Amino acid sequence: MNPVEPIIQIENVHKRFGKVHALNGVSTAVRRGEVLVLIGPSGSGKSTLLRCINGLEHPDSGRVIVDGITVDRRANNINAVRAEVGIVFQQFNLFPHLTALQNITLAQRVIRKRGTAESEKIARALLAKVGIPEKAEAYPAQLSGGQQQRVAIARALAMNPKIMLFDEPTSALDPEMITEVLETMLLLAKEGMTMVVVSHEMGFAKAAANRIVFMAEGAIVEDTTPTQLYTNPREERTKQFLGKILH
Amino acid sequence: MLDSDPSKRTSPPASVSREATRGRAFPFASFDRFPYWILILLIAGLIAAIVIATNAEYSQIIEILSSGIYYTLYVAFFAYAFALVFGLIAGLMRVSHNPVLYTLGTLYVEVIRGIPLLVQILYFFYVIAPFVADRVPEPYDQFFRSEVNEGILALSIGYGAYLAEVYRAGIEAIPRGQMEAARSLGMSYVQAMQHVILPQAIRIILPPLGNDFVSMLKDSALTSSISVKELTLWTRQRSANTFRPLEHWTIAALLYLTMTLGLSLIVRYIERKYTIPK
Repeated sequence: MNPVEPIIQIENVHKRFGKVHALNGVSTAVRRGEVLVLIGPSGSGKSTLLRCINGLEHPDSGRVIVDGITVDRRANNINAVRAEVGIVFQQFNLFPHLTALQNITLAQRVIRKRGTAESEKIARALLAKVGIPEKAEAYPAQLSGGQQQRVAIARALAMNPKIMLFDEPTSALDPEMITEVLETMLLLAKEGMTMVVVSHEMGFAKAAANRIVFMAEGAIVEDTTPTQLYTNPREERTKQFLGKILH
Repeated sequence: MLDSDPSKRTSPPASVSREATRGRAFPFASFDRFPYWILILLIAGLIAAIVIATNAEYSQIIEILSSGIYYTLYVAFFAYAFALVFGLIAGLMRVSHNPVLYTLGTLYVEVIRGIPLLVQILYFFYVIAPFVADRVPEPYDQFFRSEVNEGILALSIGYGAYLAEVYRAGIEAIPRGQMEAARSLGMSYVQAMQHVILPQAIRIILPPLGNDFVSMLKDSALTSSISVKELTLWTRQRSANTFRPLEHWTIAALLYLTMTLGLSLIVRYIERKYTIPK
């Protein structure tokens, strides 16, 4: 495939939840290796947009194309997309009945059909990468929030995804644990991972993002570089929003 | 979830109370928390054992009624095993987004739960089993002409409806994020159920599942109505033949109690073994 061609294409996507127009004609594209940060007020549709990329939500109209595959409700199709797209949730969503190691090996064995030895070797390498190799046998409830989120990142990476999605990965964390998760994300960005990140962490956006998109009421208001957005926002609504989140 | 000090979280809270009481001379917080009921049962059991052991008549009754215990346990065990399967299938149908499956599952649960178990057993024995047996080629029809098999099937269909609701409650207790996380890793709905949702749901529902097994053991007595030679039927026949109802029914009650108490202990052990570390 043409490397210049975007790996994610979003074409005029609409999504309603009852009366709420969560996405109101959103179009954008993400190139390979790009790190895109989505910001915007609560209810602006940024999480919904993210969830449309791996088919956790389906657009009412419009198309989402990931790596040449249109994301729709057909099962084979959706599982093929999901195996290529890792997602990290605000609430970690680790499997509480499995150890950290088992959390990372489960999908490798079930989906990628890797053997126990191979999947455990990969899992241990990833735990080392996210900085907690000693926590392999711990259960999620025995880990801190920051450690749980790093296991969740390792779990997604074990599937060798082409794209990583982050849905407010640090919003449920105590302040002193945010850095350890952001550092892990920064590491991925430096390795050239394609990332779409819903997060208001300005430090991460400035250090890692190629683009930052400000959304409000289901639409893209401003699409620019982090430096540009934080120092010289073009739109009045962006200025108002930044005034509220930056102290 | 967000405890800032991970070292504080390494010991499971469930064991804290056990930890705290270990090593003390009196391992209970106070005298009114002491499980006197166990003490009373132990003493009563001891007295009963001595009376029975020293009394030739009681010893003989126990020996005779013991042949009923085999069928009581046999019927309860197999009926429960089938009920676990029926309940799982119906429970999965009840949480299904497919309207046909949901409707069929709900019909089964609502219809069965609205009919007394004894009526279900008699209905199965007099109506359904003969109907099926007449239409099944020999020699397989014999399966539906055995009252033991009929009792097992009727009990398991009846209990399946109750267990379906237990499974459903367990599945619905798992946060939605678990299914989303599993699906996001590329698992199908079935794979997510098998590897992520059910292993957690079953741990949650172990106590009600255990209770229902104990109930099943007691409800196996209902199959005496279709002449399954289990403990209750034996007791009724022997007490009628010997004109000794007090002795026979007392022994029968004690035998049931011994079995259910023993099972409760086993169930508690299993629950403890499969707790998810917290």
